[in-house]
Amino acid sequence: MLCATLIQPEMRMQPLIWLLKTLSASNPHRLPSTVARDDEHLLVAAAKRGDTHAFEELVSRYEAKIFRLTMNITRNREDAEDAMQDAFLKSYAHLKNFQGDSRFYTWLVRIAANEALMRLRKRRPNQFSLDEPVEGEEDLMPRELKDWGPSPEQRFAQTEMHEILSEVIDNLEPDFRVVFVLRDVEELSTEETAKALGISIPAVKSRLLRARLKLRQRLDRYFRRGATN
Amino acid sequence: MNCKGVIREISDYIDGELEPPMKQELERHLQDCEDCKMVVDQTRLTVEIFCDSKPVELPTDVKARLHDALHRKLHERGN
Repeated sequence: MLCATLIQPEMRMQPLIWLLKTLSASNPHRLPSTVARDDEHLLVAAAKRGDTHAFEELVSRYEAKIFRLTMNITRNREDAEDAMQDAFLKSYAHLKNFQGDSRFYTWLVRIAANEALMRLRKRRPNQFSLDEPVEGEEDLMPRELKDWGPSPEQRFAQTEMHEILSEVIDNLEPDFRVVFVLRDVEELSTEETAKALGISIPAVKSRLLRARLKLRQRLDRYFRRGATN
Repeated sequence: MNCKGVIREISDYIDGELEPPMKQELERHLQDCEDCKMVVDQTRLTVEIFCDSKPVELPTDVKARLHDALHRKLHERGN
């Protein structure tokens, strides 16, 4: 009884969120990613117990990243939004099935990737297949190489760089793009990427190799020394 | 290892997943081949640039619709 009266009303309502916000407020600097990841399982456990605020905190934390993922896969804003929304709603509906053998974020990425892929397949039924073998290696050899000069990241403003990356990834074939996005942007492992897409590890590796080389080739136009764009 | 071999293994090399003998062979080639070294460096940088790219903030209207849908779902479950 005494303890209950000492606890602030806001803390009684949302204990975990209150604690996390208090910790953040006492440290104005951004928490290192490892610390931010460390509390993820607490939020998930609270959400599983029915703490809706904990789930909302997870959504707020990952909504921008999940939208980037679904945009990167579908390249269509309407589809990306639908896929993101359904991914969060489905993850909430199936939260009890989440075993915790991977990070919640990785599990969420898999759900979102599948939602996005479903929509991509609907829009491009004959243009997109992860089952088809990739082409031979003869066209992989880069040509007309030129030095990129010092730090391309520092030569472009953030918005300009964002536009460049968006344009080059937009033109990548969907089956290469999906693998690249999961593996190199969302940083899933090769095994996790294979599992998420339902393809073999060699299939992930061959698509990733081609995606990386093609993106290098396309960025070359912007980054090569003396490029005027 | 020739240039074609380097290109074939470039992904595993960048990810640090090459077996030591293969890695040594590839690095020996890079010492003598400026073109392959450039491709390896630029491919590595390509991955780093995408990996480091920050997601843009969620557009306000998209965020509002997401949270509306979420509230409806959470409320539905609460009842």
